[in-house]
Amino acid sequence: MAEKNMDLKPDNLSAEEKSEMEQEILTPWKLIRRKFLKRKPSVVALIVLGLIILSVVLAPFIVRHDPYELNMTNSNQPPSREHKLGTDELGRDYLARVLYGGRVALQVGIFAVIIQIAIGTIIGGIAGYYGGWIDNILMRITEVFMSFPFLPLVITISAVVGVRISPEQKMYLVMVILGVLSWPGLARIIRGQILSLREQEFVLAAKALGIRNTKIIWRHLIPNTVGYIVVNATLGVASAILQESALSFLGLGVAPPVPTWGNLIQYARNMYNLQNRPWLWIPPGLMIFATVMCINLIGDGLRDAIDPKS
Amino acid sequence: MFKYIGRRLLHLIPVIILISMLIFTIIKLTPGDPVGANLDPRSTPEQKAAERARLGLDKPIPVQYWNWLKRSIRGDFGNSYIYKVPVSEVIPTFIKNSFILNVFVYIFAFLISIPIGIITAVKQYSKTDNFWSAFSIIGISMPTFFFGLLLIYFFSVKLDMFPISGMKTVGSKATGWANIKDILHHMVLPGTVLIIGSLASLVRYTRTSMLEVINQDYIRTARSKGLQEKVVIYRHAFRNALIPIVTIVGFTIPGLFSGAVMLETVFNWPGIGRVLVDAVNLRDYNLMMALNMFFAILTLLGNLLADIGYALVDPRIKVE
Repeated sequence: MAEKNMDLKPDNLSAEEKSEMEQEILTPWKLIRRKFLKRKPSVVALIVLGLIILSVVLAPFIVRHDPYELNMTNSNQPPSREHKLGTDELGRDYLARVLYGGRVALQVGIFAVIIQIAIGTIIGGIAGYYGGWIDNILMRITEVFMSFPFLPLVITISAVVGVRISPEQKMYLVMVILGVLSWPGLARIIRGQILSLREQEFVLAAKALGIRNTKIIWRHLIPNTVGYIVVNATLGVASAILQESALSFLGLGVAPPVPTWGNLIQYARNMYNLQNRPWLWIPPGLMIFATVMCINLIGDGLRDAIDPKS
Repeated sequence: MFKYIGRRLLHLIPVIILISMLIFTIIKLTPGDPVGANLDPRSTPEQKAAERARLGLDKPIPVQYWNWLKRSIRGDFGNSYIYKVPVSEVIPTFIKNSFILNVFVYIFAFLISIPIGIITAVKQYSKTDNFWSAFSIIGISMPTFFFGLLLIYFFSVKLDMFPISGMKTVGSKATGWANIKDILHHMVLPGTVLIIGSLASLVRYTRTSMLEVINQDYIRTARSKGLQEKVVIYRHAFRNALIPIVTIVGFTIPGLFSGAVMLETVFNWPGIGRVLVDAVNLRDYNLMMALNMFFAILTLLGNLLADIGYALVDPRIKVE
């Protein structure tokens, strides 16, 4: 948007002014990228996370085995050349299970956050823009959601609703529960931002032009809060992955045979596996740890780059 | 102030009722028959129907809810299917066990994390600061249950230094000092996980709020007046940084119990969090309902405490 005005270059400029003109124009996003790239831990985290995502997405090219392929004659094998992380009690290749488990864990994290952002921006945007009684009602609802005991409630809902559905559907259940219960924080931030933005002249101008309210919210106000949404979403994915893994570890999240990092660590709840087959539970645990740490570092870097005040 | 607290408490009542309605409906929507779990499997359908009628399970959900609410206000949450005794008798013991594990840890965590947070903020980007920043990011990224399992694997299985799980040695009849020592020995590993986890977030939090204050103009003024650095930091800066820290104390109260769910499951600690997991897995409806209400009220009170603390510490916040 800013670049358009710069096209009008007048000729009668001094040398100093000309050199100023030729300087690279830094859009806000370029500035953010520059600041982000200065933070070494965040950049390293971005690379590592990229590698993790790549290995998970390209899993079929890394392991030749199918994560669901049973082979009872070859069960409970220790790591070998054929099976880099051994096999589980049903003879399935464990490395394949870990990699495909990553797909599920990342998907749940990302979609839970998409749900969270959708609800959070709608509620926050409407409450902040209209104010008055609408704001009042929406904020009361937000407060009620904020005062839910998060983990106990997630455990209860997942257990109660989970028994009715198939293991394949449980993945979607977890996404929805995590998404629907974690939007209030974002809604509050968006509302606060919109409250101050709506008093600015460009909103007045938009109103004077007769632009519809919904369009003002979505095209003029929400884009101004994108920085906060991005930071929140990044850190949100990290906590959603942690929460999903915790739920699945308790046997209340994504259910076998669908693998996910959390439910693979369940092997450690068996004393024999905990003591004698560390390759079953340490790799998925390290994957969760590495992924979450990378996302947190990236989120921190983005926050410093987007909003140096916080 | 008292008026404010009183009004806030009144505000809590509709919220509590709303939450209880929601949780009650969710639990009632479950398939599965709580009667079946309680009766002899050989009982006839007529006997089952009679039992359902006796427990009021044949009525529509709103009526059942109303009955539940009436009984709960009197402190009667029904019987636990797992323990075969009234829920109100089961819960206190487990609360006590959770409390033992958590309370020392949190006091300890607060006592050391606040000075660390101050030092890291004052010496921003120093080696100490970098160390604690790395520590914090590792601590908040580590799944509690996985960290617990790693400690069990290395310190209990490989080195045999600490017991694998539980709160007391099985069959131990020790009393007095020996009993306390036994419990403390069992507490070392879960306590370590909790301390590292809470230190990670508390140090980060204190550091951020301290940094925010340190960069303000009045701190520069205080320094340019020639005040000693110690006075500037502890008198002028820390007092204001304390405001957000006070709120975090309120928010940790519910976390004291609900956050321990994972830890208690991994270490088989007989606390309130593990009981919730058991109740959910074994479909102990009355216990599930009572525990969820316990956690909900705790969360609400924690939030209220945070707000009151905020108003007490910060004179700029007006209590209307």
